Amino acid sequence: MSAYQARFKVWRGDRSGGGLEDFTVEVNDGEVVLDIIHRLQATQASDLAVRWNCKAGKCGSCSAEINGRPRLMCMTRMSVFTRDETITVTPLRAFPVVRDLVTDVSFNYEKAREIPSFVPPPGVAAGEYRMQQMDVERSQEFRKCIECFLCQDTCHVVRDHEENKEAFAGPRFLMRIAELDMHPLDSASGTGLDRRTTAQDEHGLGYCNITKCCTEVCPEGIKITDNALIPMKERAADRKYDPLVWLGNKIRRREG
Amino acid sequence: MTELERQQWDVVVVGAGGAGLRAAIEARERGARTAVICKSLFGKAHTVMAEGGIAASMGNANAGDNWQVHFRDTMRGGKFLNQWRMAELHAREAPDRVWELETWGALFDRTADGRISQRNFGGHEYPRLAHVGDRTGLELIRTLQQKIVSLQQEDKRELGDYEAGLKVFQECTVTRVLKKDGRVSGVFCYERESGRFFVLEAPSVILATGGIGKSFKVTSNSWEYTGDGHALALLAGAPLVNMEFVQFHPTGMVWPPSVKGILVTESVRGDGGVLRNSEGKRFMFDYVPDVFKEKYAQSEDEGDRWYEDPDNNRRPPELLPRDEVARAINSEVKAGRGSPHGGVFLDVSTRMPADVIRRRLPSMYHQFKELADVDITAEAMEVGPTCHYVMGGIAVESDTAGALGVPGLFAAGEVAGGMHGSNRLGGNSLSDLLVFGRRAGLHAAEYAQRLPARPAVDEAQIDAAAAEALRPFSAEGPEAGAAPENPYTLHQELQQTMNDLVGIIRRAGEMEQALTKLAELRERANRAGVEGHRQFNPGWHLSLDLRNMLLVSECIARAALERTESRGGHTREDCPGMDREWRRVNLVCRLRQEDDAAAGTAGVTGRIRLERRTTEPIRADLLALFEKEELIKYLAEEELTE
Amino acid sequence: MATGTEPPQVHKGVHEATRAAIGPRHLRTDRWWLAPALTAAGLLAFIVYSTWRAFANADYYAAPYVSPFYSPCLAENCEPMRSGPNWEIFGSWWGLSPALLILIFPLGFRLTCYYYRKAYYRGFWASPPACAVAEPHKKYSGETRFPLIMQNIHRYFFYAAVPVAGILTYDTVLAFRDEHYEWGHMGLGTLVFLVNIVLIWAYTISCHSCRHIIGGRLRHFSKHPVRYRLWGWVGKLNARHMQLAWASLFSVALADLYVYLVASGAFDDPRLF
Repeated sequence: MSAYQARFKVWRGDRSGGGLEDFTVEVNDGEVVLDIIHRLQATQASDLAVRWNCKAGKCGSCSAEINGRPRLMCMTRMSVFTRDETITVTPLRAFPVVRDLVTDVSFNYEKAREIPSFVPPPGVAAGEYRMQQMDVERSQEFRKCIECFLCQDTCHVVRDHEENKEAFAGPRFLMRIAELDMHPLDSASGTGLDRRTTAQDEHGLGYCNITKCCTEVCPEGIKITDNALIPMKERAADRKYDPLVWLGNKIRRREG
Repeated sequence: MTELERQQWDVVVVGAGGAGLRAAIEARERGARTAVICKSLFGKAHTVMAEGGIAASMGNANAGDNWQVHFRDTMRGGKFLNQWRMAELHAREAPDRVWELETWGALFDRTADGRISQRNFGGHEYPRLAHVGDRTGLELIRTLQQKIVSLQQEDKRELGDYEAGLKVFQECTVTRVLKKDGRVSGVFCYERESGRFFVLEAPSVILATGGIGKSFKVTSNSWEYTGDGHALALLAGAPLVNMEFVQFHPTGMVWPPSVKGILVTESVRGDGGVLRNSEGKRFMFDYVPDVFKEKYAQSEDEGDRWYEDPDNNRRPPELLPRDEVARAINSEVKAGRGSPHGGVFLDVSTRMPADVIRRRLPSMYHQFKELADVDITAEAMEVGPTCHYVMGGIAVESDTAGALGVPGLFAAGEVAGGMHGSNRLGGNSLSDLLVFGRRAGLHAAEYAQRLPARPAVDEAQIDAAAAEALRPFSAEGPEAGAAPENPYTLHQELQQTMNDLVGIIRRAGEMEQALTKLAELRERANRAGVEGHRQFNPGWHLSLDLRNMLLVSECIARAALERTESRGGHTREDCPGMDREWRRVNLVCRLRQEDDAAAGTAGVTGRIRLERRTTEPIRADLLALFEKEELIKYLAEEELTE
Repeated sequence: MATGTEPPQVHKGVHEATRAAIGPRHLRTDRWWLAPALTAAGLLAFIVYSTWRAFANADYYAAPYVSPFYSPCLAENCEPMRSGPNWEIFGSWWGLSPALLILIFPLGFRLTCYYYRKAYYRGFWASPPACAVAEPHKKYSGETRFPLIMQNIHRYFFYAAVPVAGILTYDTVLAFRDEHYEWGHMGLGTLVFLVNIVLIWAYTISCHSCRHIIGGRLRHFSKHPVRYRLWGWVGKLNARHMQLAWASLFSVALADLYVYLVASGAFDDPRLF
């Protein structure tokens, strides 16, 4: 392996317009796409805007679309491309663009605020929490989320239908509801909050048609669809579409 | 008078990592209207990179653990240079801070009886680190982030506005702390997205900006770690302490080049990973220093037995404090026994079954697989030292986290100095964030509420700050019309200088050379210029960060040159021994009083003035926690007799 | 040089005015269309075949084998099968193919299955055709309204699928007879039935609703150790739900085809013993 010149197309512009700009840039052994973007910054386009932080796939800042696929730039190795391939890098296409590769991801922060927080169990002091490993593992999987928002970006519900952003929390935050609903000590039900019905009624779980793109793009390998979204749909069905379960719950208030 | 947006808050927290968020939560819960300002998006701070765990003597894994043992380990790790009162508060309060996280929704790994599981780490006598796999930092930041959201939801219910009592200004940078009559009056900031300037007026400002790693070439730190808080404090008249102590984490990735420096968690060793040189030898047995001889295994067999039976065996020397391991690796590589890419081998593949590795070290498995194409369940990792943490920082009062000499200024987390002495133990940073983040928030809120009148903002300072921030757009070369300096080039030269001349092993001559080079870079940095406009312009941002990196680099180089001994994170080839007389000395950095313009020109050797400060004697009951024989190794004669 | 233009205002979605101005509706360079095309082709082939067979009302019994499309056979016009699953619940008024009576259950089970939903939403409805490829629809309401809100009743089809799988198991047991109903024999068809029933069960058990009912709905696994263990097993199967969906679809068609070939005389069932 040795250094070579790669052809890149990088989207540059802002909300008033822009387009793909061509670059030819050096690539060395072992580099990732983010390295190349940094080299462009240092040598050819000092004002090329890009978000990044940890450069190790842990913070979820450098989300972009590479050859049309939502990915983390720091985790996309150049060796997955052939040397004569032109590599196209664009900002996330589901969110408003700010400049170059930087998009306005405030949609996600607004949705995060709409999900009711963890409700601590009343009467259990700090230090007295007891939970079994097998009971926390499901929620722990979801807490691996680095909030890169690639799932939010790829989800066609909002990517292709801006008007659904109002009603739909997106995979990341539906997964957050699942995380809390599966938390062994969350006491939301004690405050009259039913996370299962509100997932469907207030956060748009029904918009999800389980086409699994969120799972496909997740850089943490979280099984968003199988482990969070579908179980939430089933839990909502318990509440809303299953008269047997509904009746059972009426008769004896059961805690699973 | 510069026209810009101004807002009034009670407490402004600069930085949204663990310390900043914990401080903000506390300040808001104490009734202060609190603003958090951070360079990245909310939830992306460098704290997410912390892997191993949070050190707290909860005693879940070994009932023998308590705060006194934790205190002792911390002091030993820091070679007794720690600000002992901080180490005491830290050891006492850490368990409460961890338990509190659970009430906010954190999900740590569990013991069989349902309590928080704790793991072994270098320098800790007992398994002490609360953890979630190897992504503890992410869990910490997410928990704090979600707690903030939950407080905002409360405000929304009560006041109709999510941001009435607690607001996060994300992707904004603070370039100056503003003062009036010696007191803090606010901060001058710009929004990275638009380049727009604004001022947050507040009587209390908490600096929680993290470290300085981006001044070094090989570092585990992200771009944000440009020493902003250190520089802001200096410029506001506050002193920095212990800046010569920079921790090089022994195990960073060394290949491929683009990820050189990225951290390989210490849990790899805590869970059984061993270090070998190119001859296949576990070389750490040759590097156990005298002060630790009794605490560590003398043979591979004993070390291996310790993982199963820690009560009857001594721990393997792979788990020595980080400074020792980093130096050992450095020596092996220099002696020609390194790995192909200039590190040593860290091996778990022959020590644990593949599925155990994938379960206990998932993100390490992932990191090596994705970034280096190395399967750590089948082959050894190549690792080498990487700049990881600065023990030095803003000199603070131990109980309040208040910066010395600047009323209204507080500091917590990595940006604060003293707590870790000359070397930090793994796991102690996350607990430090929580303990002193909370204390800073508490005292900043109290200070703001006690103050009878708010200090006004000095308009001249705002004008000066605005002019300073805009300088890169009108920069010119040394002669009129010549090209301005490229900030990226300057940054690379700075990193190379610090790495080569003030790195893991230091020599007087090289550090003098470094100071000359830093003076040159400082002068050139005044001419750093950028193209384009103010909207999300990374070149511009870097030009402004250069000022901070140059200031802290000079502090490190000057203090390192002055301290003629080797201790913890400071190793002098020309002064190899630890000197008990130096234990009582803190080196304090202050900004020279010359005005900015003069300091930037040639002929002025530097902007930093060094002072020696004698440390406060360790309280008798804390001293009594140690054996006399151990104290003799660290403390001067007269300290022992006192 | 930037060569872009103003985003076209007529299209929405990725062409919203606020988003990065990029002309094409996707920039994927891989063969993203291959997976939905294959899915659509596979499903279409099955639909055509099964429609023909379900309406044929012929060649579905060749002792001892009964086509899984016609089992249980619930009308009077069924071919007699000795101790086979022909129960005349519907009596003589039913004149159409008896397959139509029973196929509704497996059909509904598969139609509302979480995997098949993904498959046909992508393959037939292009919603979305592939990840990050814009879909051609102006509006989208997902499964929030009729008829798609009915997908929520998947679990009832699962309840029904279990007895159906039980009857097919019974058929497989009956296949250990020869054409004269003597026990203790096995033909190639028995083998086909065996493979099919294993796949049918694996597909049925690996259903997401089943995973939920078995244990997924619990909050504290530690209080239900048996269900936790079952949930773990179902989870392992569930991870292969897609593969099982295709394999069992293929095997059920194959079992039917086998019976057809034997019943129509095109092929003689080789006896193994």
